Amino acid sequence: MSKQQNQLSSEKRFYTICAIVLIIVVALVCQLFNLQIVKHEYKDSADSNAFFKKTLYPARGTISDRNDKLLVYNQPMYDIVYIPREVAPFDTTDFCNILGLTKEQLLKRFADVKDRRLNPGYSSYTIQTFMTQLNVREYGLFQEKLYKFPGFYIQNRALRQYNYVNAAHVLGYVAEVGKSTIEEDPYYARGDYAGKSGIENSYENILRGEKGVEILLRDAHGRIKGKYEEGKHDKAPVSGKNLQLSLDIDLQAYGEYLMQNKIGAIAMIEPSTGEVLCLVTAPTYDPSVLLGRDFSSNYKVLEQNPSKPLFNRAIQGTYPPGSTFKTTQGMTFLQEGIITPETMYSCARGYPPGGGRPKCHGHASPLPLSPAIATSCNSYFCYGLNAMLSNRKKYANISQAFDIWKDYQVSMGFGYKLGVDLPSEKRGFIPNSQFYSKAFRTDKWYAQNVISIAIGQGEVLSTPLQIANLGATIANRGYFLTPHVVRQIQDQTLNKEFTEKRFTKVSTENYLPIVEGMARAVTGGTCHGAAIPDIAVAGKTGTAENPHGRDHSWFMGFAPVDNPKVAIAVLVENAGFGARFAVPIAKLMMTKYLKGEIPASDKYLEENMANAVVLPNVMTVWSSRKGTTASEDNSQEITE
Amino acid sequence: MLKKEDDHITGSVDWIILIIYLLLIVGGWLSIYGASFDYERESSLFDGRAGMQLVWMGICLSAGFVLLKLESSLYDIFAYMIYAFFILLLAVTIVVAPDIKGSRSWLVITDSIRLQPAEFAKFAVALALARFINSYNFKLLTFKNLTIISAMIILPMILIMLQQETGSALVYTAFILVLYREGLPGIVLFTGLCAVVLFVFGLKYSEIDMGMLTLGECISVLFVIIVTAILAINFRKDYKSAMLILGGAAVFGGICYLFDFLDVDVNWGLMSVIAVSILIIYLIVLAVREWNKTYLLFAAFAVGCIVYVSSINYVFSDVLQPHQQIRIKVSLGMEDDLMGAGYNVNQSKIAIGSGGFLGKGFLNGTQTKLKYVPEQDTDFIFCTVGEEQGFVGSVLVLIGFSILILRLFYLAERQKSTFARVYGYGVASVFLFHVTINIGMVIGLLPVIGIPLPFFSYGGSSILGFTILLFIFLRLDMARKRR
Repeated sequence: MSKQQNQLSSEKRFYTICAIVLIIVVALVCQLFNLQIVKHEYKDSADSNAFFKKTLYPARGTISDRNDKLLVYNQPMYDIVYIPREVAPFDTTDFCNILGLTKEQLLKRFADVKDRRLNPGYSSYTIQTFMTQLNVREYGLFQEKLYKFPGFYIQNRALRQYNYVNAAHVLGYVAEVGKSTIEEDPYYARGDYAGKSGIENSYENILRGEKGVEILLRDAHGRIKGKYEEGKHDKAPVSGKNLQLSLDIDLQAYGEYLMQNKIGAIAMIEPSTGEVLCLVTAPTYDPSVLLGRDFSSNYKVLEQNPSKPLFNRAIQGTYPPGSTFKTTQGMTFLQEGIITPETMYSCARGYPPGGGRPKCHGHASPLPLSPAIATSCNSYFCYGLNAMLSNRKKYANISQAFDIWKDYQVSMGFGYKLGVDLPSEKRGFIPNSQFYSKAFRTDKWYAQNVISIAIGQGEVLSTPLQIANLGATIANRGYFLTPHVVRQIQDQTLNKEFTEKRFTKVSTENYLPIVEGMARAVTGGTCHGAAIPDIAVAGKTGTAENPHGRDHSWFMGFAPVDNPKVAIAVLVENAGFGARFAVPIAKLMMTKYLKGEIPASDKYLEENMANAVVLPNVMTVWSSRKGTTASEDNSQEITE
Repeated sequence: MLKKEDDHITGSVDWIILIIYLLLIVGGWLSIYGASFDYERESSLFDGRAGMQLVWMGICLSAGFVLLKLESSLYDIFAYMIYAFFILLLAVTIVVAPDIKGSRSWLVITDSIRLQPAEFAKFAVALALARFINSYNFKLLTFKNLTIISAMIILPMILIMLQQETGSALVYTAFILVLYREGLPGIVLFTGLCAVVLFVFGLKYSEIDMGMLTLGECISVLFVIIVTAILAINFRKDYKSAMLILGGAAVFGGICYLFDFLDVDVNWGLMSVIAVSILIIYLIVLAVREWNKTYLLFAAFAVGCIVYVSSINYVFSDVLQPHQQIRIKVSLGMEDDLMGAGYNVNQSKIAIGSGGFLGKGFLNGTQTKLKYVPEQDTDFIFCTVGEEQGFVGSVLVLIGFSILILRLFYLAERQKSTFARVYGYGVASVFLFHVTINIGMVIGLLPVIGIPLPFFSYGGSSILGFTILLFIFLRLDMARKRR
């Protein structure tokens, strides 16, 4: 009995023990299930542990001009990197001498790398950047003594290199990406470069190519142990595509030469294609200063310059178009049937209904349309605008009339961005009826209130590129192609928007009197200075009133009149009447483009233009202090 | 007399255990090859550590064969002498062993052969225990016998601790299971379990203040109340008192919670003290009324638990070494010390977790190949299995060990002789302890206690020690059929 009980108890104990074993096994299996099946974070941790993803940088696409002259290419550069773990004590004096550092800078650099606030990804096992962008000479020196500095390595990089000092604003610059770019676009990582302005920016995705990756195995000590699965998962980098610009670099350089010591812009367009032949903005800078280690200090200097050399006036500067705008007015009135080419308006050195304002200069009166363009009569277009806006038979009220007027200007490329393939283009300004109703606080306003827009003053604003585009539109007699600076992309067709004609609201026959007027302006009107022997030029001067100082000088034109090859806009700030600077510069530019060289007879003019200094006082003072350009008294003469 | 039958190994040896043994050592060999594989020096299965392990496997198989050939009664006869020899060896080791990574457990025989006596002493202790319990008219629950048995177990533990091998010393606590089978009251195991539970809760929540007590202590009070009620049912069939205790606790807690809900600041610590005091007074009242000392024992249990919990923090911060404190804190999830003590466990969880369901395939594990897991061919060998063979492989290995252990317990229980039974329980308990603690620590369930996984971890001493332990039992089991 007792023995049986003892046996029973033994059996119970045996089963208890078996139960304990099973409970333990179940607990272990549950945790295994949890680790291996339920949770996924361990897989990611394993990958980031073991895979060292080495980025392979693609070569950035090169940029050449319309004649295949290479403008921008890549040059090798070298970064000094190091792996903190592997650095052994070294001769710091020697190190500093080679790299031109002080010992304090050396220690600070080491401390900065270690500071996780500045360098969140710091690990003593991984590659850290010590110094970037060594040139070939510094690289050679350092390479020679590299063996003395264990743990330091040299990493190849490519840096932009420029063959010309010109076209800085069109080309733009490349700089290290900032935090916000990295957050917006996962393609970029710390230390990557991206185009920040110009076509480097607008064609960034084409120029940059695609980064490749090499997956290497890294052991617990950060040592590389070869390729993962023989490189099966690696990706080769794809080189960026090369761009051919429509720019003619010699023409661009010539424009920049003529515009030195002036503020303004030149834009030239091939009317049949919309290709921008040159896009000069002055003052400009040498694109190679925004490169390499001196980038930030040079950028600061340019940024603080009161003449704003970083500002691309050709597409970002907005100015009243002045008399160049009379062409659009004439066409608008013709198309709307307000006037015929034969309609004559009188002028009495001013617009009579406005009490002689706007003023005009002495010329024959009354005049039909073409001569009015040729002599740039203010009154003619004021009459025209008044006739349109006050026409209650055709338009129910002034708002309707005005908005139709506005639509014409917009169709000719004003008031909105043209869509040039450059970043930060400005749209200029064409008011609509609402704008005036708001400004006058009533719907009942009169043509007289806004009459100055008829002569390109008042509220209307446009960029030099828009004016050049107007020239192209008139040259084409009714349409334009969106201006663009990139002519060809390697292995890729150009965007449709650059190859489609954009027709204005004005029909071709209504362009003809304007063309005639502009041709007459050159042969015997306001801009006879633009005449080129053997080539028929059409042109229109303009003087934009400037509330801050002397008027801005405009010229808009194209040549030859029949079968035009080039349309041009020239703007010189504070240069007064258009004929004084804008017209001769335009003449020289057109001659240069159409004939290839400047005839000896024009050399004097060329020198004159290039040497003229047209700067407001503040800038002359600044530039003479900086010791860069111009003598003060020379500019005094013009700026007063 | 029956020597012929006895010699006939193939007929009477337990094939299940033998096959599992062979599978496990081959699995271990492949894992070691995988764990020590280096991308740069692609070694074969026959050189490097895998080759060394193969040599040891040969030695083990020869040793196993010899052990099966020996007369089974020899183990009984020489049990005390073997025990005495190993105690002496352990003691000598402390003196002569060089300091290797802070441990003084290695006997250096030649430059390439080093033995760890602690790995062999297990079978000696099991034999000695078996011999002692097998003595004529033995009764476990006497003061003298319990003292002797405790001494037999604790003596090698102390010597091994002196060698700075705390993990290996803890293995000997596994013999409690043997004693349980031989009649040690279940309450001892139960107390041990309570001690572990209270230790975990008491410590894990020791940093959250609940007024008079910590959150850990409050949880412990709740635990004591529930366990007391269960004890009352289990030992006294006293459902009434049990319900009264649980109901009273629920009502008391509910009232406190209501006040708390009404934004009255309740001092949960103080309330817990009041609750446990009422419980103890109630148990004493019951003991007096029923005139039964069991209730007094319950009261003592409750008091003991409370005292134990309150002393944990003191013991933890003042008795344990800082590195032991950190290991325990990491495994309780109180600290995330990923670069320090938690590094091993974190990396081993990453390796195992990244294996997924089917694993990355033999030799395709990146974490183990690239040496992210420290000690990956010894204590953390299971990572290689987990990463390369995945959940399926890991569970298969676990199932293999479970069958081995359960089969050992089953065979031990079947033994007719007490000596063989006690030894068998000892063997099974040691395997159970090693497998539980090793895999438990590798997958982050238990603190890191450096003990090997039988047959898998690299090391001649380890595999030979386990082989001897196992094959002596196989020999004893063969003899059973003859008797």
